[in-house]
Amino acid sequence: MAEMTHEELTAKVMDLLEDVCGDDEVRRHMDDDLFGLDLLDSIAAVELLVGIEDEFGISIAPTEVPRNEMNTPDKIIDQVEKRL
Amino acid sequence: MTLFSDASFFILLAVAIVPAAVIGLTEHSLRHYGVVLSAVLVAAAFWGQPVQALGLVAYLVLSRCALCWLARDPKSERRFVAASLVTLCPLLVYKVSVVFSLSLWGFIGISYITFKGIQMVMETHDGLITRKDLGFEDWLYFLLFFPQFSSGPIDRSRRFAADAHGIPSRDEYAGLLARGILLLLLGAVYKMVIATLIHRYYSPTVWGTGDFGTELWAQVKTAYLYGGYLFFDFAGYSFMAMGASYCLGIRCPRNFRAPFIATDIFDFWNRWHITLSTWFRDFVFMRITRWLVRRKIVKGRVRVAQCGFLANMLIMGFWHGITIDYVGYGLFHGVLLAATEGIQKRSRFYKAHRHDLWFRILSWFVTLQLVILGFSIFSGQISMLVEGAING
Repeated sequence: MAEMTHEELTAKVMDLLEDVCGDDEVRRHMDDDLFGLDLLDSIAAVELLVGIEDEFGISIAPTEVPRNEMNTPDKIIDQVEKRL
Repeated sequence: MTLFSDASFFILLAVAIVPAAVIGLTEHSLRHYGVVLSAVLVAAAFWGQPVQALGLVAYLVLSRCALCWLARDPKSERRFVAASLVTLCPLLVYKVSVVFSLSLWGFIGISYITFKGIQMVMETHDGLITRKDLGFEDWLYFLLFFPQFSSGPIDRSRRFAADAHGIPSRDEYAGLLARGILLLLLGAVYKMVIATLIHRYYSPTVWGTGDFGTELWAQVKTAYLYGGYLFFDFAGYSFMAMGASYCLGIRCPRNFRAPFIATDIFDFWNRWHITLSTWFRDFVFMRITRWLVRRKIVKGRVRVAQCGFLANMLIMGFWHGITIDYVGYGLFHGVLLAATEGIQKRSRFYKAHRHDLWFRILSWFVTLQLVILGFSIFSGQISMLVEGAING
């Protein structure tokens, strides 16, 4: 995975997010709180973590990242990128 | 001596705050002082109760060994399960033995020390706590920290250690100290004045022979008085614990946030005994739902959430105690959360009206009645009434 570019990673995370949120609306809110917009809830967040694990092979524990550091698409991409 | 209850404790606390203030205001670390003070006050709480003291020491030795053993190979599932069982063991032994009127391995603070121990085991397994974070003094300080020792709030070890190691500036500490003293006073008023006053009027009675309305009103009044008493007693205690923590430079998390203005049952659990509900969210609910999602055992997000809520609250009920009242209370809230999840995710009516003022007021009113009904299950009022009805 080392050769994955930022654009490829963004595309993959956004596909995953669209799938988890069930709404392509999420692509228009790169810097907005997805919990506040009702696009994510606690179960969707769990599905997102499991999805990230399946897709990228990285595991993020439930208490690893405070919610306010993983509540927007940009921040989610950033958290994944940090761990790759 | 009982922590946050006896006059002797408050005298000791008042005396102990003076050196803490001097150390904090001169920008020195309060950690060593906090450790010694906690050890002394916890020892005083166990004074004259050698069996309980032995139970605590045995717990500390066992859980320390299990945790260090896990930390050497944190990803090992076998070690994780074994360490979790060892850490849970005294609480399980105690809660089960109480059913048989034995109360084996019980000691003051057993529930709360177990929550803290399990958090460390889980986060060590998750790779968030490493061997270098498990220094003996830090570990002991976290577990024995006297303000949170007997009844919470349930702090988290990484957050706690960051505070314990940080040395706040003079101004920062002065702010903490002032807030700490205010919280101690506010908590004392809540617990010793308001809760005591309410308790004076609280006298549960069996269903009498009067007409239905009168009897129902008497029961409702009892349930409300109990709810009010429970809130002021526990929130008062929590504010005092928070205040004492602040005086020692530890920013103890808040436990209550006006729970009776909650507009739905989720909102209630974000406001009532917050450190317990967030502990359960992170270490029970999230783990169960993650497991269900991974294994694809339950289909559909709403169903997964509902199973998670039911299991979560049932476990919370069993934690309170293996009695019909406590388990019933857990089941009651599990069903309420599951039903609320279903309504909020599926009901078009809910989605169309949830922001309307009338709907919010109605939702608040219904939530409050359900919360009070829950307390009457918890207090044993409902089982007493049911028993009375059966026995005539």
